[in-house]
Amino acid sequence: MTSQNPEVKLLGAWASPYVARARIALHLKEVQYEFLEEKFSAKSELLLKSNPVYKKIPVLIHDGKSVCESMIIVQYIDDVWASSGPALMPGDAYERAMHRFWTIYIDNKFIPSLFDMMTSPTEEAKVEAKEQTMASLQLLEEAFGKISKGKPFFGGDTIGYLDIALGSFLGWMKAFEEMNSPKLLDKSNTPLLCAWAENICNNEAVSAVLPETAKLVEFATVTQTRFKYAPPAK
Amino acid sequence: MEEAKGEEVTLFGFWSSPFVHRVTWALNIKKIKYKYVEEDLCNKSDLLLEHNPVYKKVPVLVYNGKAIAESLIILEFIEETWKENSIMPQDPYEKAIARFWATAAGDGLWQFFITEGKEREEALASVINNFELLEKELIGKNFFGGDRIGYLDISVGWISYGVPIFEEITEFKIITEEKFPLLHAWMEAFSSSEFVKDTLPPREKLSERYRKVREAIIQKKN
Repeated sequence: MTSQNPEVKLLGAWASPYVARARIALHLKEVQYEFLEEKFSAKSELLLKSNPVYKKIPVLIHDGKSVCESMIIVQYIDDVWASSGPALMPGDAYERAMHRFWTIYIDNKFIPSLFDMMTSPTEEAKVEAKEQTMASLQLLEEAFGKISKGKPFFGGDTIGYLDIALGSFLGWMKAFEEMNSPKLLDKSNTPLLCAWAENICNNEAVSAVLPETAKLVEFATVTQTRFKYAPPAK
Repeated sequence: MEEAKGEEVTLFGFWSSPFVHRVTWALNIKKIKYKYVEEDLCNKSDLLLEHNPVYKKVPVLVYNGKAIAESLIILEFIEETWKENSIMPQDPYEKAIARFWATAAGDGLWQFFITEGKEREEALASVINNFELLEKELIGKNFFGGDRIGYLDISVGWISYGVPIFEEITEFKIITEEKFPLLHAWMEAFSSSEFVKDTLPPREKLSERYRKVREAIIQKKN
């Protein structure tokens, strides 16, 4: 029997940018939820049961049903809580396709090269990853210009699907800059994304969720020394 | 076929690409009239490179001058642009499940096909694990979409003709009637559907292509 306000739980971890995506969406839609923190070293029974395929966070459990994969969760939140707050997805089918296209690009190209830049075993590999990362940021800068149409976010006046996809990684990007990565967003190469980053970090739903840079730097330093650092779960 | 009311739909594709087939099936189900352009992947057209500068791949759907790339994104675009003959579930949770399996269902299959020994065993274990879960999605249904073919059927449809070819080449049967009765029945129902049966590439030609690709990869490793 479905209750009036079915329970919402989110399995996650404070440092995971993929989990941040789900949390930002929940905050934007003003959804009350219980946050269940997974331990880095050992996966809970609930996680293994609710995500048997990938065994990864985030997992959203709504009214007993599990939704996996961060951006699938964001779309789900947008669909279920459509009447609460602005839509995360644009109305136009082509614009939706553009949000989805660049989200896949971010996940398949940008993020792997971003983490490879910091963690590849050889200098050569790191340099190649750095070039790929900077090239990706240029493409994203261009995409922002086209998609935002002069407004502050990819979603226009309000934070949308693609803003969440990329914005969730700002915490780690700042942490990497503290750890001597090249400057990722800067006013001469990526002026639009610089302004966007400032706007999005000033938003309450995002600032409440993105971890502090110093904490991420500490986390990265500790885990790098313990084992070869792997990017947080998808 | 829906007449193009001043609408131009072009699909850039390649005969053997399972990603292109997904789009073809969706266009057929929606009864959308379109122009098909076969690309030579060794000599890609300027138009393709212009429409998909990021990946330079097929499929690309061009609708009234706007280009959309990535097959699953194209499927959702088609669903949202042509409202009749819906392929997506209405319920948000069903949508989430369909989107999840659209990408997860194929995990490990390519690895299984192109590796040997222990690597292959591990990939196979992952494939079987996924298929066991996928099988449950068919309980009480003819298709993943229910009575009719839907987004998930289209997304994983390549399994219906691709897996038998992989099985033949690797001499290992994964989807048997005993182990996966529902998936087995689904494969038959899907590939014989009116929207699919005339679109499948010639089996021998496709099998030969996959055989060569596999040999080249395995040789390179050894």
